[in-house]
Amino acid sequence: MTGSDNAPLIEVSDLGVRLNTSRGPAQAVRGVSFSLRRGETLGLVGESGCGKSVTALALMGLLPDSAVISGSIRLDGSELVGLPDANYCKLRGNRISMIFQEPMTALNPMHTIGRQVAEPLRRHTNCSAGEARKQAIALLDRVGLPDAAKRVDAYPHQFSGGQRQRVTIAMALACQPDVLIADEPTTALDVTIQGQILDLIADIVAERGMSMILISHDLGVIAENVQRMMVMYGGTVVESGATDAVFTRMGHPYTQGLFRARPRLGARKGTRLKTIAGTVPELADLPSGCTFADRCAIVEDRCRVAPPAAVDVGAGHGVRCLRTDVSMTEAVGVLGA
Amino acid sequence: MSTPLSASVEVGGATARPRLATGFWRRALRHRSFVTGGTLSLMVLCAALLSLVWTPWSAYEIDVASKLRPPSAAHWLGTDVLGRDIVSLLLVGARSTIMVGIIAVGIGLTFGVCLGLIAAARKGWTEEIIMRMSDFTFAFPAVLSAIMLAAVFGPGMVTSIVAIGIFQIPTLVRLTRGSANAIWAREFVLAARACGKGGFRITIEHVLPNVLPILIVQSTIQFALAILAEAALSYLGLGTQPPQPSWGRMLNDAQTLLFQSPMLAVYPGAAIAIAVLGLNLFGDGLRDLLDPRLARER
Repeated sequence: MTGSDNAPLIEVSDLGVRLNTSRGPAQAVRGVSFSLRRGETLGLVGESGCGKSVTALALMGLLPDSAVISGSIRLDGSELVGLPDANYCKLRGNRISMIFQEPMTALNPMHTIGRQVAEPLRRHTNCSAGEARKQAIALLDRVGLPDAAKRVDAYPHQFSGGQRQRVTIAMALACQPDVLIADEPTTALDVTIQGQILDLIADIVAERGMSMILISHDLGVIAENVQRMMVMYGGTVVESGATDAVFTRMGHPYTQGLFRARPRLGARKGTRLKTIAGTVPELADLPSGCTFADRCAIVEDRCRVAPPAAVDVGAGHGVRCLRTDVSMTEAVGVLGA
Repeated sequence: MSTPLSASVEVGGATARPRLATGFWRRALRHRSFVTGGTLSLMVLCAALLSLVWTPWSAYEIDVASKLRPPSAAHWLGTDVLGRDIVSLLLVGARSTIMVGIIAVGIGLTFGVCLGLIAAARKGWTEEIIMRMSDFTFAFPAVLSAIMLAAVFGPGMVTSIVAIGIFQIPTLVRLTRGSANAIWAREFVLAARACGKGGFRITIEHVLPNVLPILIVQSTIQFALAILAEAALSYLGLGTQPPQPSWGRMLNDAQTLLFQSPMLAVYPGAAIAIAVLGLNLFGDGLRDLLDPRLARER
């Protein structure tokens, strides 16, 4: 534990990622900045292809070699961008770890789950095989795998999706990382299991005082599980702030659109789900102005000139929109207020 | 909230089995092509082992007086044009066949798998160079490279082993690289990298075990191909040299007498066919048995 409690654990400033795709270079992430203190939780929300996962992989240093990263990522004050892979390997799974979306494929079918959970321990700590196995059983027990001591030698195909996700969580937690990145950890699971897994992650994060970055496209998941949130669209953060503040008064037309598009209980039969008109812009061919301009209901000519700067609409609540004067009057997403 | 949530919801029908090996033989013995192929391959292997300690007659002794005898109690399958006992020739021939197969496939596996894994792990120029070199080697048929080597080093068993081994490399490089690339794209490799593992460890611990079943199956087929190649080279006089018996040489010797005593060609031909068919079936069975996802009861 280095640094005081108030110093940011992770500090990302002006992060940009350019990926080489078959359609040419694509700016997958632009100007993403945030900082996260120990014990804080941050949510990243947005639709598919908005740059959430690329941001996560950039933090893990797991982007393909052809990706170009700009800006800076600091972990406890030391720069991670441009760090040689050998040094990054010492951080991954040890100080930063990640839970993946698809528990069915995130485990190696050829190894027992016990071995896979023990691997980060063997890699990063000097513990013996026996000790690692003992710790693996304890971890599997902690993540709620029934009969952990007996099933530690079973293979992934002998488990259900929810159980496998518990195993990947145990893997990610093995070395007690400072930062946990959960990339849509419940998307591939049943709704009933979703709640259990999210509660489990939240419990462990609170219990160990970790920082967490939770990625999801589900506003409900974000609302219940994180203190602060960032809404991403077309590779940029269009709105960020405390979860309560954002849900109380959404500033960006895109956030409002996402909120309106959620299915609601008690809606009359036959009511159509609201959608956001248009499609996500190609990352290889982003407009010069606001990335949301083509789908925005209150777009003006000046929106298309240059990317809008973030405007503070509340304490720590920033919105990248030129027309907050109009959008904020509409009071979308009032939660109890 | 620190107690595990009602996990009983997830307890599926799958019961923990301590080790994959438990029940492997039970499943194996029920697999038809594995049993058939295994029996045939084992027959060839036993013949080779038997020849080390016992043969009905000497396979090297020439007895022209008793040449081209039909099958009898003394010579179970008769004698060849030099009066050698066919059974003894087949037994000793099995030995050279297996030796050539093992060493040649060994050469192919050692180089092919290493190069394939390196190509998949390093990508970029390393991969490009390895693959183009393997394409280059692939363009030469085994027979051609054997003729080339025989011209330089003189014909013989060693030359044919090396030639067949080299001919095995590109196939195995391609197969290894292709399967390894597919493994590298899997999410568990990303998860392993997220656990802090480097390229070498991922290759050894994650990629290799996952391509191994494919490689084992392919080796049995490569073994069969090596047997065919050895027979072909010996038939052409480039492989095993007389007096060392080999199935390919026996075919060569038999061809001039094809109308006089056709059975002389049938015996070594059948031996080659049994070995190749056995290995192919065996490989087929292994493929099914080595996949842990297929490890359920059928």
